[in-house]
Amino acid sequence: MSKLTPVLSAHWDEKDSFTIEAYTRHGGYSAAKKALAMEPDAVIQLVKDSGLRGRGGAGFPTGMKWGFIPQGDNKDHYLVVNADESEPGTCKDMPLLMANPHVLVEGCIIACHAIRAKHAFIYIRGEVTHVVRRLNQAIEDAYKAGHLGNGVDVVLHVGAGAYICGEETALLDSLEGFRGQPRLRPPFPAIAGLYARPTVVNNVESISAVPAIINNGAEWYQSMGTEKSKGATLYSLSGHVNNPGQFEAPLGITLREILELAGGIRTGHTLKFWTPGGSSTPIFTQDHLDTPLDYEGVAAAGSMLGTKALQIFDETTCVVRAVLRWTEFYKHESCGKCTPCREGTWWLVQILRDLEAGKGTEADLAKLLDLCDNIMGRSFCALGDGATSPITSSIKYFRDEYIAHMTQGGCPFDPVASTLFVGAGV
Amino acid sequence: MTTSAIVDMITVVIDGFEVSVPKGTLVIRAAEQLGIQIPRFCDHPLLDPVGACRQCLVDIEINGRAFPKPQASCTIPVEPGMIVKTQLTSAVADKAQKGVMELLLINHPLDCPVCDKGGECPLQNQAMSTGRTETRFEGVKRTFEKPINISSQVLLDRERCVLCARCTRFSDQIASDPFITLNERGALQQVGIYEKQPFKSYFSGNAVQICPVGALTGASYRFRARPFDLVSTPSACEHCASGCDMRTDVRRGKTLRRLAGDDASVNEEWNCDKGRWAFKYVTAVDRLTHPLVRNGAGVLVQASWPEALAAAAKGLKENTSAVLVGGRATYEDAYGYSKFARVGLGTNDVDFRSRLSSDEECEFLAAYVVRTSTTYRDIDRADQVLLVGFEPEEESPIVFLRLNKQFRKRALKVTAIASKLSIGVEKLKGDFVKVAPGQEAAAVAKQTLNAKSIILVGERACESAGLLTAVAALADSTGAKIAWIPRRAGERGALEAGAIGNLLPGGRPVADAAARVDIAAVWGVPSLPTTIGRSSDEIFAAVNAGTVGALLVGGVDPLDGLHSDDALRALDKAFVVALEIAPSEVTMRADVVLPVAAITEKSGSFLNWEGRARSFDAAVHDSLNRSDLRILSMIAQEMGTSLNLGTVTAAAKEITSLGAWDGERATMTSVSPAQAPSVSGDQFILTSWRRLLDLGTLQQGEENLAGTARQTVAVISPGRAKSMGVVDGELLKISTSHGSVTLAALVEDIHDDAIWAPRNSRGSQLLVNLGIGHGDVVTVVKI
Repeated sequence: MSKLTPVLSAHWDEKDSFTIEAYTRHGGYSAAKKALAMEPDAVIQLVKDSGLRGRGGAGFPTGMKWGFIPQGDNKDHYLVVNADESEPGTCKDMPLLMANPHVLVEGCIIACHAIRAKHAFIYIRGEVTHVVRRLNQAIEDAYKAGHLGNGVDVVLHVGAGAYICGEETALLDSLEGFRGQPRLRPPFPAIAGLYARPTVVNNVESISAVPAIINNGAEWYQSMGTEKSKGATLYSLSGHVNNPGQFEAPLGITLREILELAGGIRTGHTLKFWTPGGSSTPIFTQDHLDTPLDYEGVAAAGSMLGTKALQIFDETTCVVRAVLRWTEFYKHESCGKCTPCREGTWWLVQILRDLEAGKGTEADLAKLLDLCDNIMGRSFCALGDGATSPITSSIKYFRDEYIAHMTQGGCPFDPVASTLFVGAGV
Repeated sequence: MTTSAIVDMITVVIDGFEVSVPKGTLVIRAAEQLGIQIPRFCDHPLLDPVGACRQCLVDIEINGRAFPKPQASCTIPVEPGMIVKTQLTSAVADKAQKGVMELLLINHPLDCPVCDKGGECPLQNQAMSTGRTETRFEGVKRTFEKPINISSQVLLDRERCVLCARCTRFSDQIASDPFITLNERGALQQVGIYEKQPFKSYFSGNAVQICPVGALTGASYRFRARPFDLVSTPSACEHCASGCDMRTDVRRGKTLRRLAGDDASVNEEWNCDKGRWAFKYVTAVDRLTHPLVRNGAGVLVQASWPEALAAAAKGLKENTSAVLVGGRATYEDAYGYSKFARVGLGTNDVDFRSRLSSDEECEFLAAYVVRTSTTYRDIDRADQVLLVGFEPEEESPIVFLRLNKQFRKRALKVTAIASKLSIGVEKLKGDFVKVAPGQEAAAVAKQTLNAKSIILVGERACESAGLLTAVAALADSTGAKIAWIPRRAGERGALEAGAIGNLLPGGRPVADAAARVDIAAVWGVPSLPTTIGRSSDEIFAAVNAGTVGALLVGGVDPLDGLHSDDALRALDKAFVVALEIAPSEVTMRADVVLPVAAITEKSGSFLNWEGRARSFDAAVHDSLNRSDLRILSMIAQEMGTSLNLGTVTAAAKEITSLGAWDGERATMTSVSPAQAPSVSGDQFILTSWRRLLDLGTLQQGEENLAGTARQTVAVISPGRAKSMGVVDGELLKISTSHGSVTLAALVEDIHDDAIWAPRNSRGSQLLVNLGIGHGDVVTVVKI
């Protein structure tokens, strides 16, 4: 198990890991105390030095983002934590908040100090009631213990179940009470974010990584990871693996290594394709088992590290079917603001349904790719881009399988074979 | 005042051509300067950029660094070193635009042949320039029930909508009426209203006009015409003094629609719903078409023109006569009435104020308004604006839009002196200086203004004694500019034309001998009458007293005055020559009725509140109706005098040749405010104003428009409501010795002593029902 570097997840296996007692027992809130004694700029510098990059998907350097907030402008500043984890396959923030909510609260205190904010808002997706309860309790306990309320207040805001609200500006609109639709940038949130005030929007995991960096120093964090992708992160493994779950490991680990830790692919099966960072990132195949899973390594192989949501599909899975399901998700979640995403996903689903049903032609495949070309990079935000990724990448690697649907007049796969209950006599 | 603002210019290269534009210019508009049209839907020069439709994608590089993907040219301002490649020079931009166009069309119904927009549709046009000839979409289109009413006058076809959000952004950003929004998501996104609050905006027609597809249509125009069958004529709006540029579209001699025209210095590209949709009165079935003369049996019968003109001339010649001209005459027509009174009748008894008025107002207009000019541009530059006796949204809606623009742009400070907080002032987040009706003058005196401030005075200021005196004093002591904003489109022109007892054309005081000589010389008459003319009310009183025997009346509603009983009695008694477009309280009492042309049937001009002239040609050419001016000339001829004003052009020429008075400006006599009446128990002091949409004559026959009028209510303060035990919606009976009205109560921000009701709305015609308008005591009981 030497590959793992549990920091955030170090005590998840303890029964009471989510309580303030357990968190304090393991040295919790000492980082906040240490940071509050530092100059805000020194905190920002420390985070910059650590090399921490945004864990929400884009990988933007966290310290640099904090540094964009204008100082001494006599305006309120806000920290907004993006806990609207909705990307298909992504399941890191919710388990983290279930098992260790206080690390986020402590991270908020430190980040607010650094960016001179008095208020942090945590925007959490609406469907995860159990996580909301747990985080609420943690915030309440932190207030009782005096960690919150003395200069920093944390407000937990529960979303209403829209994928688009994970986009940071749509999140801000939703937080302000408007419909969640992305905003025109500039102005960027650092200049005019929440309520038109300078705002930092960070992912749960990015903020949660901060207390350990404060306690252990930038060098400690730098000692993990690769040249440009420092530190450790949570990889969420799901799908056709024997032991799915969250694996906290240094950036740059490979899927082959993680699979070993996870007990391998479903017994008796082989890896067919996988996503490195959720459904919006172009898929990989077994050719990419040794691709280093850091920002640069994945990008060089033609995809994105994204949220490090490793969805594993074995050879029983029909790639066309999987892609159709994802595309239906994007169609459902398109906010409607811009034409390419709104109309494009409406059309993509119809073509893919025909293809899956064996009613398509090669011309349809060409049309599908051309359509993706007209959506990718043409939409208002990244949702439209994300919708095309599984389609274009799957055609790139599995064109034959699409053709097989046409020649056989339907799907060549038995959908039951890919389920967990196959052979259970259901 | 000259301002030579230095504008930073930025030079960019678009499709290989250099263009210099002011800093902040968007790429899409810089391209327009070169004549390069980038297709677009959501972009509108007067709305904030949104970048939603993605139709205007272009390739951009700045100082050699290219954006990795095409950018929406409607959201990106030019920068030094920018090189733009549009669809004309970039294959990527061209494909991006074609791709977006294709996507816009997949869910768009192919119903152009029955769509109102077909033929003038940006989607249709740009589908031709940027679309494919054949569709690749073989799937299922999104369908909706269609159309649905989002107000009584606006219909929404959600299938045709391309979700550009122009309508919702207009309503929010320009009108501050965010009653329509985008709802739902994905391809099911749609424009919608809150079910309990329809799209009741005074400006909703603009949303229809800027809709780039046929999604929003006006109920009155739907399925009436094809754009290419319409003949368009630039026109001026006759409904209020805002002075909108308009376009009138006529099909086979019938006006089918009117649209807001472009005038950046006045209405920009907007107008109000009244200006847009209230034109059916012109084509009303009861339009007067032939002269009528009262016969020996006392019955009005059809007569020939020579017969009618002879009867009119005889009656006017044989009696001491006076002239009443409503505030709706064009500048040239008003000039005709003004000249006719002096030359034809030898009197200064001419008054355009067919409404509540005062002598104080006459003097104020002569001393502070005539020949002055305060403009929309002054509002743009003002440091603060004081509203006195004026509710911009109700009484001059484009002034409201301009105030709102400046409020949203730079938080322009607006202060309203009134008894009730209006919806418009609330939208402007104005300071509401709450006074009891009649006590406005004292509040005006307390205002601190400066030379950069503007006082917008409404015509209702004359209803409070001493108020115009206080306004004049405030302007004198602070240097603030005064703008007088009457409600009716013709009043400013009539003032400049001298259709008022104390002024001759060009602002020449009647009392000034040199001024009279000036005019007499141009008019070719030996002398002009010297006695200051009387007001409408005084003229009616003179008829009833027997000192005036005949009236020449054009476009007057006697029920608009404070003493309508006296007015009607006078009309019954006098020999009346009426120039009208439709039967009215005047024509039914007239001895000679002469049909005149409605606004779309004649040429002329209006002076708006700024004093800015907007001339227009006849939109309907085959009308047999003549202008007031022409008819006045014919009567004069018949009387043996000559006006020499056979045509509008002749009148306009003569007005120009007169020029403005360069002599001494008349001064104003101070008037003291009235004592506040004391109210107790069930007594209130009434205050009221006319709403934009009400029972006004020119709105007749347009039920769809009437459906969006605001509800008729009586407004009282929370304190009085509590002591009376009244809650919203309960009925209040408001009475005077004259009569009563019963209205639903609305508890709002109003002075405790005051009760407000609309002056001329359904169920609340206060001048007729109560015999008062503002500042008098009424008794109010809950029923």
